[in-house]
Amino acid sequence: MKYIDEYRDKSLVLKLAEEIKRISKKEISLMEVCGGHTMSIQKFGIPTLLPANIRLISGPGCPVCVSSKLFIDKAIEYSKNKDVIITTFGDLIRVPGSSSSLEKEKANGADIHIVYSPLTALQLAEQNPDKKVIFLGIGFETTSPGSAATVIEAYKKNIDNFFLFSAHKIMPPAMAALIDEGVKLNGYICPGHVSTITGSSIYEPIANNYKLSCVITGFEPVDILESIYMLVKQIENNVAKVEIQYKRVVKAEGNLKAQAAMNEVFDLQDDWWRGLGIIKNSGNKLKEKYKKHDAEYVMPLNIPEPKEPKGCLCGEILKGLKSPKECKLFGKACTPSEPIGACMVSSEGACHANFKYNR
Amino acid sequence: MNDKILLNHGSGGKLTHNLISNLFVKYFDNPILKQQTDSALLKIDSALIAFTTDSYVVDPIFFPGGNIGKLAVCGTVNDLSVSGAEPKYISCGFIIEEGLLFTDLEKIVKAMAEEAKKAGVLIVTGDTKVVDKGKCDKLFINTSGIGLLDEKRKDISFGKNIVAGDKIIINGDIADHGTAILCARNSVEYSSDILSDCAPLNHLIKKALNSSQQIKFMRDATRGGLATVLCELAEKNNFGICIEESMIPVKENVRGLCEVFGFDPLYMANEGKVVMVVGKEDAEKVLAEIQKDENGKNSAIIGEITEDNKGMLIMKTSIGGKRIVDMLAGEQLPRIC
Repeated sequence: MKYIDEYRDKSLVLKLAEEIKRISKKEISLMEVCGGHTMSIQKFGIPTLLPANIRLISGPGCPVCVSSKLFIDKAIEYSKNKDVIITTFGDLIRVPGSSSSLEKEKANGADIHIVYSPLTALQLAEQNPDKKVIFLGIGFETTSPGSAATVIEAYKKNIDNFFLFSAHKIMPPAMAALIDEGVKLNGYICPGHVSTITGSSIYEPIANNYKLSCVITGFEPVDILESIYMLVKQIENNVAKVEIQYKRVVKAEGNLKAQAAMNEVFDLQDDWWRGLGIIKNSGNKLKEKYKKHDAEYVMPLNIPEPKEPKGCLCGEILKGLKSPKECKLFGKACTPSEPIGACMVSSEGACHANFKYNR
Repeated sequence: MNDKILLNHGSGGKLTHNLISNLFVKYFDNPILKQQTDSALLKIDSALIAFTTDSYVVDPIFFPGGNIGKLAVCGTVNDLSVSGAEPKYISCGFIIEEGLLFTDLEKIVKAMAEEAKKAGVLIVTGDTKVVDKGKCDKLFINTSGIGLLDEKRKDISFGKNIVAGDKIIINGDIADHGTAILCARNSVEYSSDILSDCAPLNHLIKKALNSSQQIKFMRDATRGGLATVLCELAEKNNFGICIEESMIPVKENVRGLCEVFGFDPLYMANEGKVVMVVGKEDAEKVLAEIQKDENGKNSAIIGEITEDNKGMLIMKTSIGGKRIVDMLAGEQLPRIC
């Protein structure tokens, strides 16, 4: 298939792996920030193609994994309201909250729809004027513009029964927080689709202030290996700069329209990340102008702070301090069909990817 | 254990398995059921009979390449055929939602008659129930079927004679039905020319069986797809299975759509695909034979039974790596980003 097969070319992959082996001398750790990368890396068996001195660590770029349990608990609480239709990306449906999940609430009669786009949620709101339609907005700069555009559309069309419940987050503060916490890294395999929206400049402070090599990377095996090659080259030459490997998609300036939509709708706020705690200015909340579409503002909930499950190492794993296999629950008490931690639920979670492809 | 049935219990994945083992088999307990084959194998006097049942609740009831009626006949014909049996008689039960268009029902019934004729089976008994609006979704159909089983083919359901080195064959492109349904659903605004592969396979299977005594196992790769059939086979037996990604036939447009949604074609449903395990000496012969059938033109040998990796399905990836292919934990969900 065009645009896929070229990037899964076996001879090219092996050649890149060979080149990496040839130039790589230092012991290095590279973090793939994005859950999509974690999945590709495991799916294609990339670690087996790398020399032993290169370690890949999974990062905090899985939206379901870093979102708080409180978010799920609140979504569940909203879903119990007979006037509410919950719309969500499929990944969230099985995430365990404190005592239930959206999947279980659906069996209890809650009106929960899996949608592929927030615009479908808006349509549902138009079709059901007597219901409150809440879209569960999770994800980073990749999904936030879609939510932002939908809120703008709802505002323009006066669809007042559409609400965004936002857990949208932005990536760079978490990447900086990891280093501040003392996680030892030599370079970042930077998320490709986040960068499609933001452009490459968001990583400049990380390269400059923390002297870390950053390469914006695509999702196919050739992309990932080429990117590792570029990182190794930088590191071996003591260079720390931002480069774009995923040039066929990412432009230096990013997607200006999407950025404008986000700036129009969202303000930054301090936000909680699993494993990292509260990170300053890392979450997206709706601006004053759009408050009437803010689920939490219009329908405030008072729910106790949930406890994280006992023994679960998701936090450590998201920081790259532990690998899934170091968790006692991994593959025993915690499996994809009966997950305990969020990293096992999402297909992009490090635990799920490791269980599925590499246990 | 959950205190309520979740949609996931019907996905064909692990929750479905748990439900069957921990509830149905537990209470219905008998040696025939315990075999958990596609069709129950019964001995009445001296005749060996295969008996199967399946319910069809597909949404939407009309989809590119077929409808719920065609599916209901093909599905049951295929369940019987993969046991090695020759399908003979079929029953059908209709549960109809009040308000269904008469013309729609007629189209569906006509399709059933056509498929039955094609497959050479008779629909000999049935039942009709109409329920209040909202109590079912337009139309549900249950079909049961019986077929005659030749004594020498009675082991095919179990795969008892499989040994390392045996080849895995599939009769063409995978994932067509699942992707066609995905596109036909309103929730996805994606138009494509992908058709369901829904078809009766008894003639193709007969050709294969007549060409070789070395067909050791067959299963139709419906819900849960190719991966689920092979995972189950490996799990229940003392061998491993290794398949090669590059050998598995998938249409370009199907692959493209799966890439967009983050679905793996290996787990997508088929309604006209049979997985065969064939002794290695006969594999090429069987392949050539089923390629002559209209439902087998794109058949391929996709892997083999292995001594190592017992209980596991391993795939050689297109870039030369190796990975586990596991049972699905539930329905495949589209990825977020």
